[in-house]
Amino acid sequence: MLRLTLCLTVLILAPLFSLYAQENQSLTPIEDFTAFDTPNDMGSGISLTWRVSPNDREGVTYIIYASTMPDGPWKEQAQILSTLGFKSDAPQYFGVNESNKQWHFYELSKLKENKDDNNAKPIPNGTTTYFKLAVTDGVNTVESPGVSAKPYGNWFDTSKTNVLIFVIIFSCLIIFFISLARRNPNLFIRHIPGLDAIEETIGRATEMGKPILYLNGLLDMSSLSTIASTSILAKVARKVANYDSQIKVPCYDPIVMSVCQEVVKEAYIEAGRPDAFKEDNIFYITSDQFAYAAAVDGMIVRHKPAANFYMGYYFAEALLIAETGAATGAMQIAGTDAITQLPFFITTCDYTLMGEELYAASAYLSREPLQLGSLKGQDYSKAFIILMILIGSILNTIGFALIVNLFKTF
Amino acid sequence: MIKRQIPLFIAFVMGILFIVQYFVPHKISQDLLVAPNKWLIIIGGISILLGLSSLMHFHYTQIKRAQPGWGYSLVMFAAFGIMVTAGFLPSIIKWFLPETPPDMDPGNWLGFLPLKPGIQEGNAVFWIFLNGISPFMATMFSLIGFFIASAAFRAFRARSAEATLLLIAALIIMLGQTPLGGMIWDRIPDIMVWIFNVPNTAARRAILFGIAMGSIAFSLRIIFGIERTYLGGGKD
Repeated sequence: MLRLTLCLTVLILAPLFSLYAQENQSLTPIEDFTAFDTPNDMGSGISLTWRVSPNDREGVTYIIYASTMPDGPWKEQAQILSTLGFKSDAPQYFGVNESNKQWHFYELSKLKENKDDNNAKPIPNGTTTYFKLAVTDGVNTVESPGVSAKPYGNWFDTSKTNVLIFVIIFSCLIIFFISLARRNPNLFIRHIPGLDAIEETIGRATEMGKPILYLNGLLDMSSLSTIASTSILAKVARKVANYDSQIKVPCYDPIVMSVCQEVVKEAYIEAGRPDAFKEDNIFYITSDQFAYAAAVDGMIVRHKPAANFYMGYYFAEALLIAETGAATGAMQIAGTDAITQLPFFITTCDYTLMGEELYAASAYLSREPLQLGSLKGQDYSKAFIILMILIGSILNTIGFALIVNLFKTF
Repeated sequence: MIKRQIPLFIAFVMGILFIVQYFVPHKISQDLLVAPNKWLIIIGGISILLGLSSLMHFHYTQIKRAQPGWGYSLVMFAAFGIMVTAGFLPSIIKWFLPETPPDMDPGNWLGFLPLKPGIQEGNAVFWIFLNGISPFMATMFSLIGFFIASAAFRAFRARSAEATLLLIAALIIMLGQTPLGGMIWDRIPDIMVWIFNVPNTAARRAILFGIAMGSIAFSLRIIFGIERTYLGGGKD
């Protein structure tokens, strides 16, 4: 009977003791706690790392302390749950590596006076700051030895190394084909129907005795699509001057307007028709999206231009303008790198230059070997990308993420 | 010669500088980016005067030559006058009456006239924006719905294999977006999601790659002075 009672007691108490033991599991010391300047930043960032340990479980927290002096006073900066915050969470600093999951990581850029301080100040660049780490389960606490680090600005963002390499590769390809075009000017470039139709469009407008409308989009002169648009305008204006037709350019931005005035003026001079140039035909309307659309729609309806060119970047007004133009029976050519507006232009215009064709238009129309060479280089760069996609897809399917990781950007 | 070479030199130097800037996280590099952005804001502010003078000149010419639709130019001048008056009036009143008693504050006095300075709730500019400009903008924006319908009608006429494909895809998308699609066949919403995620995304990405390559090539042409038509004219 006594034996039975003892056995039952042991059976009942054993789980309780086990639970007690788990709750009072002693904390192991923190390993390899280090502080260093956060890579790839402008300064003021300090990164703290330490090894994952058996301490890491629910209810265990790491506390980071900082001080401007080696011996304190230590001020609490942050509390991190032991199950969170790993080096693998910051591939922009540490790359993609399985071993990063074995390290905790925390980044600190401001110093608090106390844990509730809402006005933390940035860590001064080049100043040594001291850090200490404690791990606690609410009962026991273990502290690490103090470490120090000095933040400073970095001169190269290593997370962008892959971008730099690809920019260099693509630039070299383009420059190579430009130099090739110097030696062999007869490079084959595929036909772009939208650009081939420019001559026909202007000719039709001239025969009908109606003006040509040219829009540059809604972005300013710092946008590539606007620069491309003004380059196409130069070619269009020259043909217009040759045909003795009339071009109207309502502008959304005053700087774009003055650039367009200069571009069209030069085109008329080159065509030998400076007298036919009318500065008033290139004018500013407004920098408000729908007011601009309303004004252009009004012009289309009143003047009924026979040819409309929509080159550049557009937003929601794209359909409003292009559909009005289509309703008046004008021949329309659009060119945009605004992916969301492309379907509307394709639907309402006779020809649409999609994305890169807008950038290529100037080179295509000029037929200058150097410019055509850059188009060839661009095509080979695309072939390279397609090849990488194919290889990457195959490798990733069989479990190698090498190519995928190579193209990761941060 | 100088008129062309100096802008080309500036384009080359700034182009290279800002390519390098992208890869340098140092504070000096970040400050370098901030400064031109401030210049852009300043130039943008000054360019308003340029735009204003063009606007005035254009509409004045329209009225003077009695061009078709010159009445709209009169409306523009009237609207411009009202907006400028509404914007400046509180400041003018404050200028002439600096010791305005609290009950005569431009924000309160004249009772019915909302004349608080700046653009804030309760002043004339805000009132005009809320009751004039905003409904006009909403009207223009809501027109898009009707324009989409008419453009879709034209696009969806099954005149070719591509247009038929477009029509079928559009029908599935439209049905998938409405409860009716699910009621007809419960797989229609899934097919809609597939069209969005697979063929649509693939085409978008292809265009995006093209745009990215095109912008690199176009930027290089500008940086190296191969593309120079944006400066006006095509040759030196």
